[in-house]
Amino acid sequence: MSDKYIVRSSAIAARMLGGEMMIMSAVDSTFFTLNEVATAIWQSADGRTPLSEIVGGVIEQFEVEPDVALRDAERFVEELSPHGILLVSDHPIDDSSAGSRETV
Amino acid sequence: MPQDHEIAVEIGGLPILLRTQDGSFRDMLVSRYAGFVGSASRPRFEFDVDLTVPSPSTESELPDDVRVEMRDGVWRLARGDFHAHWDARAGRGRIRQSANPYSIDSVLRIVHTLVLAKEGGFLLHAASTVRNGRAFVFSGISGAGKTTISRLAPGDVTLLTDEISYIRHDPHGYRACGTPFAGELARVGENCSAQLSTLFFLAKGPENKIGPVDAPEAARLLLRNILFFAEDAELVKMLFRSACEFVESVMVRRLTFVPDQRVWDLIQ
Repeated sequence: MSDKYIVRSSAIAARMLGGEMMIMSAVDSTFFTLNEVATAIWQSADGRTPLSEIVGGVIEQFEVEPDVALRDAERFVEELSPHGILLVSDHPIDDSSAGSRETV
Repeated sequence: MPQDHEIAVEIGGLPILLRTQDGSFRDMLVSRYAGFVGSASRPRFEFDVDLTVPSPSTESELPDDVRVEMRDGVWRLARGDFHAHWDARAGRGRIRQSANPYSIDSVLRIVHTLVLAKEGGFLLHAASTVRNGRAFVFSGISGAGKTTISRLAPGDVTLLTDEISYIRHDPHGYRACGTPFAGELARVGENCSAQLSTLFFLAKGPENKIGPVDAPEAARLLLRNILFFAEDAELVKMLFRSACEFVESVMVRRLTFVPDQRVWDLIQ
């Protein structure tokens, strides 16, 4: 698989509430709630760590099957990126290009 | 030279001066905002209202196509039936609309959403009341029962609004304030406020009961019912933060009720 890089957009607000990560797009006010696995991927989305490496961490942390973890991660990226919540690239992403994120 | 006619509409303790050259329009505003007319001597913001002749083409546009955006430090508010600009720093603005109460009502709501967003508060699709010195807010989409619960309120309950609740953040928590923004009940709320005790999300059901709402669900429901119109990323972030802080500090419950007065036995 060709590796992808993901970084959290600056145009979001996020907060852990009642054990769930809640994310809101500041662009279109779309609202997402992430489960534990998605939250781990989200928190690792620094633009420098390849998605495959992030998935590796998820497999280790949550003891899920590799193909399931990869499929879930790709679906997660597909769902969030159209709303500008995650930025995706085939190359490492300069963190500053995403700006400072607000996690409250 | 035409004479200016002024009125200060004070909602949530925020006086906004409206200035028009049409005395009858001013009289209409005095009647509409009865109970919320404050002192015109120290307004926080001032708006000149330029009245235009209604145009069938613009007035017939859908009422929900409102645009609110900041350009060059000035808020621009536009809908088919009005255009307004507002320099919040200077405290001045201008509204261009026909002589109808609905347009100015919308402008006031939008201005209040912008002011409240920066102060940790918000306007909410909700009825609100005061009982025993504490405020209870009842939120839900259209048809959830906001008007019904308001109509069923016993005599010792003060109605703040049956449609749009005004929630302010203060050092002691949150206060619900009365508004003149009425719904189906067509009754202006009392111009008073009280510390917020409980936010109920309404649902109609076979029995009266109060149930829990976990924090993520409360935040989801709250954000769905907050009025906000501005296309402004920073304010959206502030609103998100405010909603999260609100559900972490205020009791939030689901109130299922049958439409009779006994539901108020649960709300003390």
